[in-house]
Amino acid sequence: MRLVAKLKSLQRDWVSWVPTLWLGVFFLIPFLVVLKISLSQATIAMPPYLPLFDWVESALEIRLDFGNYLFLIDDPLYGAAYLESVRIAFVSTVITLLIGYPMAYMIATAREPRRTLLLLLVILPFWTSFLLRVYAWIAILKTNGLLNGLLMSLGLISEPLVILQTDLAVYIGIAYTYLPFMVLPLYASLSKLDRTLLEASEDLGATPWISFVTVTLPLTIPGVIAGSLLVFVPAIGEFVIPALLGGNDTLMIGKVLWNEFFANRDWPIASAVAIIMLFVIVGPLMWLNRINSKTEEATS
Amino acid sequence: MSSSPLLVKNWLDPEAKPFIEFRGVTKLFDGIPAVRDVNLSIYQNELFCLLGGSGSGKTTLLRMLAGFDSPTEGSVWIDGVDITQVPAYERPVNMMFQSYALFPHMTVFDNVAYGLKRDGLPKAQIAERVAELLELVRLSAYAKRKPDQLSGGQRQRVALARALAKRPKVLLLDEPLGALDKNLREDTQLELIKIQESLGMTFIVVTHDQEEAMTLATRIGVMDEGYLVQTDEPHTIYEYPNSTYVADFIGDINLFECVVTENDAGNLVLSAPQLETTIELDDPVVGAVNQTLWYAIRPEKMRLTRDPSTAVNALKGVVHEIAYLGDFSVYWIDLANGFRVRISRPNISRMDDFAEAWGEEVWITWDGSAGVVLSQ
Repeated sequence: MRLVAKLKSLQRDWVSWVPTLWLGVFFLIPFLVVLKISLSQATIAMPPYLPLFDWVESALEIRLDFGNYLFLIDDPLYGAAYLESVRIAFVSTVITLLIGYPMAYMIATAREPRRTLLLLLVILPFWTSFLLRVYAWIAILKTNGLLNGLLMSLGLISEPLVILQTDLAVYIGIAYTYLPFMVLPLYASLSKLDRTLLEASEDLGATPWISFVTVTLPLTIPGVIAGSLLVFVPAIGEFVIPALLGGNDTLMIGKVLWNEFFANRDWPIASAVAIIMLFVIVGPLMWLNRINSKTEEATS
Repeated sequence: MSSSPLLVKNWLDPEAKPFIEFRGVTKLFDGIPAVRDVNLSIYQNELFCLLGGSGSGKTTLLRMLAGFDSPTEGSVWIDGVDITQVPAYERPVNMMFQSYALFPHMTVFDNVAYGLKRDGLPKAQIAERVAELLELVRLSAYAKRKPDQLSGGQRQRVALARALAKRPKVLLLDEPLGALDKNLREDTQLELIKIQESLGMTFIVVTHDQEEAMTLATRIGVMDEGYLVQTDEPHTIYEYPNSTYVADFIGDINLFECVVTENDAGNLVLSAPQLETTIELDDPVVGAVNQTLWYAIRPEKMRLTRDPSTAVNALKGVVHEIAYLGDFSVYWIDLANGFRVRISRPNISRMDDFAEAWGEEVWITWDGSAGVVLSQ
């Protein structure tokens, strides 16, 4: 009997080992490799950095170089790029949330089969290439593009607006690209919401708006946090959208990383940039996760 | 409870002004009727029960009073005001939901205070009122708990306190005791009546449980397929049902199809082929010769004997099955033509004479006034 129990617990363990193994192979090991490179010195060779571990006279020699990190702290460019990335990601996330919430609300309250159709429409853009869709925005936003053409022909503006190569274009690009990541978790938590709670609040004298603020919104906070994280985190490291839609002064950390890696071929600096970015993201992530589990506990 | 000395039977007074009125109310959902042409007047301080099976339209009727659904036709009135177009949040009505619908992210205190906050009352006044209500439902110690930290019975009481908080003119209760176990349910029923009488509020209760309706109600409205088929006091509903549906739905009944053979100045003689006998009625009933009617008689209004009976209404049969239910037993008697009659007997002594009478030949007798004649 004990053997059977032991086998069963092994089986259970095995199930939890699969995701652990997955994370180990595809996250932890690459992370350690990047960490290792970030602590080594750049050189002109293949690969373009010096090894960390060396056998000198049959003794292991470890050379850790924290110079890369010191360099990043010293040069104000990097700090500015981090702050700028967080700011742009934050603004974009707020915009995405403001667009995504009403959309998710509308979908969640729609009747079948309309509901499925609307959900499908949200996911549909994924079927075309991401790059292509961002290029399409250039055609829309540029000075003699579709948007300016439309606004001018309607007589709303007399001179074309400069949108492309500004932060605004980056916000639009990020909000557009990441909208489904915002809408889907919001939809999930809105459709889970018990409609009789809204009837109860209405019954007790709450207008629809007060019902929304006091009942719907607090109960869908987990969806708001999940959606915001899914937009905010990748937006910080976003490279393609600021590169294509942003201006030269749009300094995001993804672009810096690209420059260090490909233009300067300085792998150790690029790796250090990546490692710091990870910590920049992990901080707020853990904090939000704690709030999330707290509200989820309260609403379950 | 319907015989409470405090109760004024307003519905018997043709001059009395109804407090709540449904006037010709019909509700269609996607073209399918849920409520059909309901006319109903409910008076102040009533504890009115809407009774019916699932899909009978009773909850829809309640929801139209609360303002969650609007009638397709007809109007709803409270205290002389047409509220058909008034949104739910402006109606002087509060509801206790079947699922309780407590706000999971708020404490017991905040749940009860919710409606008061919407009225913009000062904080001190809200705290005072909430404390008073929690006292009433005996939950003062639980003010800081969240709903998921309460038992089913406690949640039910929070829901009641929340619905009472704003002192509504009418309190609506949708299957209020459905989720409680039997003992708790009986206690709560009595408590509800006590609260209703002490607050002098009008209660409307929707239920599918006839026992609950009988216990609580001053009057019962029986619904079937969207129609309000009978509205009367519990006693009248049980003893004088107006249709075979009501007779069958409330309690148990034996229904016999009959044909009128004689009409001697209102004293009818019915021929019931299922009984292979004629029935003489004491009460005058309207019916023409050859008209088909139903004779309905409750199982407890028939007697069992072993001696051949010479009574006017007597039948011979064989005991088919006995169900011992503790306080009383139910006997199924097969008549010679195969028709089965249900009789119930209180178990007055510990060992009833008929307790083991399977297969025995017995006689069934009843009084001329024991049954009712129904035309539909």
